[in-house]
Amino acid sequence: MLEVAFQHAFPGLTLDIAFQAPGGVTALFGPSGCGKTTTINAIAGLMRLDRGRIALGDRLLFDGQTDLPPQARRIGYVFQDARLFPHMTVAANLRYPARWRRGAGRDFDRIVDMLALEPLLTRRPGTLSGGERQRVAIGRALLSDPDLLVMDEPLAALDEARKAEIMPWLERLRDEIRLPILYVSHSVPEVLRLANTVVLMRQGRVTHAGPLADILTDPELAPELGAREAGALIRARIVGREPDGLTRVATSGGTMLLPALDMAPGRELRLRIWAHEVILSREAPQGLSALNVLPVRVLRVHGGLVQLALGDERMLAQITPRSVKALDLQAGAACHAIVKSVSVLPS
Amino acid sequence: MTLTDWLGPQEWQAVRLSLRVAGVAMLASLPFAIAVAWLLARRRFPGHGLLSGIVHLPLVLPPVVTGYLLLLTFGTQGPIGSLLQPLGITFAFRWTGAALAAAIMAFPLMVRTIRLGFESVDPRLEQAAATLGAPRIWIFLTVTLPLILPAMLAGATLGFAKAMGEFGATITFVSNIPGQTQTLPSAIYALLQVPSGEAQAMRLVLVSVVIAIGAVLVSEWLARRMEARR
Repeated sequence: MLEVAFQHAFPGLTLDIAFQAPGGVTALFGPSGCGKTTTINAIAGLMRLDRGRIALGDRLLFDGQTDLPPQARRIGYVFQDARLFPHMTVAANLRYPARWRRGAGRDFDRIVDMLALEPLLTRRPGTLSGGERQRVAIGRALLSDPDLLVMDEPLAALDEARKAEIMPWLERLRDEIRLPILYVSHSVPEVLRLANTVVLMRQGRVTHAGPLADILTDPELAPELGAREAGALIRARIVGREPDGLTRVATSGGTMLLPALDMAPGRELRLRIWAHEVILSREAPQGLSALNVLPVRVLRVHGGLVQLALGDERMLAQITPRSVKALDLQAGAACHAIVKSVSVLPS
Repeated sequence: MTLTDWLGPQEWQAVRLSLRVAGVAMLASLPFAIAVAWLLARRRFPGHGLLSGIVHLPLVLPPVVTGYLLLLTFGTQGPIGSLLQPLGITFAFRWTGAALAAAIMAFPLMVRTIRLGFESVDPRLEQAAATLGAPRIWIFLTVTLPLILPAMLAGATLGFAKAMGEFGATITFVSNIPGQTQTLPSAIYALLQVPSGEAQAMRLVLVSVVIAIGAVLVSEWLARRMEARR
């Protein structure tokens, strides 16, 4: 658990940051210039702070008296521009942290293997592509045996093809190495793919911090991640296969039918139900082609975005304000959510 | 005709002495030049401008003035010279004095060149090394210093060449004693003062040109080798 709370005044911008990052990937999300990079620089010890408190697990990194230098913080930093040492080979870059930090470098073979760095080891950074450079930078940060990995828009300097090339490595990192990651981004697709916790920032302040699923189903916050992305992220478990090939899954609010999935019963997965793929009806609908009609209760309405309770999960429906009025959708109203399409994510 | 016939023994002595003076001046002042260049490039402190001014003084003062000031401070009666004499260190009218004069005259050129090197090293690379746990001194030795090697080399070459050619401060500080303090330029100057010396002077001029070109070639070759390793 990373706990961050600090204030720092710059000419033109005052940072007042407070949030907690549990394990997994925490995304720092916000427009350019809102202080995201400054925040992780402060956490990594690359700048002096006016006041505050930063702790990583039971280790105090900064408060009024204590101010650990970056060397002692054990925070691996993947910079946007990689910052590989140009006068060393890839192998020497990767082994750099191991020269003096005990414990660092012992996973050399495993990390070289995981990031497929073997063919690059004898090359110089100047001869690598942007994507390769970023992979080496990730490997080098991991080999410093950090307690936390911070990444400053590691994909921002790459073109779409290179981004697509790096993304699976980041997912592997999240899933295979149990290391908390703080990921700075202003890209919604990256946040959605990688993060389980999101810290929303604006003009030097944290406006909201919480699980990604909560933000995506919050009618007031979801638009910050883009109207098209608003919607539910629901836990589900495979129940079995129907005679016609459809897959039956259980959620806390009832069972749903999905297209054939090649997964054994009992497997956990996550369902993504976009707000714009949900239709609401006050009556139980009859004669519909949609397979999934779920009993829900209205929690909150904001414009045309309706937050719904499905068991202990949250859903979101994007309808028109006119329909909100016509159906008289108010907090507590019971209705039926007709789900047009669902996408399946691994748990 | 052998080389000893081509140049007289006294002239050879001057060539050897010059090489020694310039080599010692350059090698002994290099660490200080690196330290001062680092201070000027990377640190802001009270007296920054003053230090820069003092370092650059020999570049703008007439060399004779620098030589005279050296004589005043490092001469046997001078405040520093009289302190060093009991320790067996004498500069005035010794080859060591010639080396000191050459080093001081070459110092601003070395500092300027190496400072440019420090300024061209991306401090963000040093930050990256810090996040990887490297202690500061280690970062300096493994990241900063290797990256300024070409600038160091250029500074050293320039310093060596300047030391080889130093005349005004040297002759003022340590005079022109054959075998003791007579460097190449002083020898050329002395030969030009006697009616029959012009041919010998021409030969020494040729030797100076060869040494200067050689120094530049060696430094370019080293720079290319370093570039190839990148």
